[in-house]
Amino acid sequence: MKTRSRIGASLAGGRTRLDCIRSCAPIHVRQTPDGVYLVGGAAGPLGGDDLLLEIEVASGATLVVRSAAASLALPGSGRGPSTVTVHARVAPGGTLHWLPEPVIAGGGCDHRIFNRVDLAPGATVVWRDELVLGRRDEEPGRVESRIDATIAGRPLLRNLLTVGPGTPGWDGPAVIGNAGAAGSLLAAGPRLPAGPFPATALSGSASILALAGPGALACALAPDSLELRRLLDRALEMMTSPVPEA
Amino acid sequence: MNLLLLADGRFPAGGHAHSGGMETAVAVGAVIDLKTLTAFLAGRLATAGLSAAGLAAASCTLLHPWEALDAEADARTPSPALRQVSRRQGRQLIRTARTLWPGSILDGLASFTAPAPGAAATPAGPHHPVALGAAAAAAGLEPLDAARATAFNAVTGPASAAVRLLGLDPVNVHRLLAQMAAAMDDTAHLAAEAASGPLSGLPCPGSVLLDLYAQQHAESEMRLFAS
Repeated sequence: MKTRSRIGASLAGGRTRLDCIRSCAPIHVRQTPDGVYLVGGAAGPLGGDDLLLEIEVASGATLVVRSAAASLALPGSGRGPSTVTVHARVAPGGTLHWLPEPVIAGGGCDHRIFNRVDLAPGATVVWRDELVLGRRDEEPGRVESRIDATIAGRPLLRNLLTVGPGTPGWDGPAVIGNAGAAGSLLAAGPRLPAGPFPATALSGSASILALAGPGALACALAPDSLELRRLLDRALEMMTSPVPEA
Repeated sequence: MNLLLLADGRFPAGGHAHSGGMETAVAVGAVIDLKTLTAFLAGRLATAGLSAAGLAAASCTLLHPWEALDAEADARTPSPALRQVSRRQGRQLIRTARTLWPGSILDGLASFTAPAPGAAATPAGPHHPVALGAAAAAAGLEPLDAARATAFNAVTGPASAAVRLLGLDPVNVHRLLAQMAAAMDDTAHLAAEAASGPLSGLPCPGSVLLDLYAQQHAESEMRLFAS
């Protein structure tokens, strides 16, 4: 299945208005007071799926995107990898919070996640990625998860995490060890704390890293998705408590 | 022969003072023997090693402005401790390389990274892989050579640190390095191939644990290695 969905948010009369929603199975877009929810309308992603979601936040608008449930990557019937691409653009003064539920690397999956976040100067983003390594007592399949974030065309963060069969050393002591879940949270924009953050402010298995550009990345390893969320929620709090304007 | 000089652990650029995360990995009990060392080195080569090899190869092509390479290296190094270590090593490497292979290539990189007057916080020194790529070019080497030297160092540095930290048999550790030779070559080829494309497409595999180790190491008081 190859689909293309789109969410556009703009500012009208001082409030954010969703003015462009194009939602295609298996991703359905639902608007709620709590933000926009992505609702999985079908199983998957399955091998062979190629799903693209475009998000555009206009100047001054605020968009929060969540998902109703974790998504479970599963193998298809010999049709190659599944791919989910999210391309977000945030205009000056715009704010995007991308806070979906985790992706679960189901046994035998071959899943690729490409996140591209292009920020204008003065744009704000909070971007969470969570990966759970298999269902209960299951060896995970292969997942590649890449994020490319730029500010005003300059690279802010380029990071790829690859796990699963055929990936050298991924579950060893130089990559993610025996963690059952791995996640990160990128926060960038004006008026966010710039750090430095103490190495073990969160725990021994998580840290908030002040990036070279204007932003910070929390990265965390945990035995399961609940503990991972607890760490990233605490990181979110520390990374987004607004800095008072001078 | 210049490739051997550049990749040699005795190259006087301070490389021996760095353990590539091994000191913390040993301190937290994550690397304890040859088996865990094998997994550590495989993971390090596939992540930090590949990322650095791509930057070194791209730098060696001399096709990109230093500023763009610097920004790409920054974006691939989320850990502030690792960025600092990389720039410190890069500065030492350039200092030595300019004596060995003087000329406009390294003069250009050195002048790009010279701290601006009065700006104490300005990055001191180029990122290590960028410096290594430039040194390789100055020595008349190819991007694949720069990638080879980088991949080799990404593995051999932590391996010799492990020999010292764990008292492992150096012969067994070197047997492990010989077993990894093909993987190091593959990594270098992958990096050199990517370096013929745009900088945004250079490999960017990250390692959560190496980032965590580096942050912890920078704050620890008892340490043998500089990183």
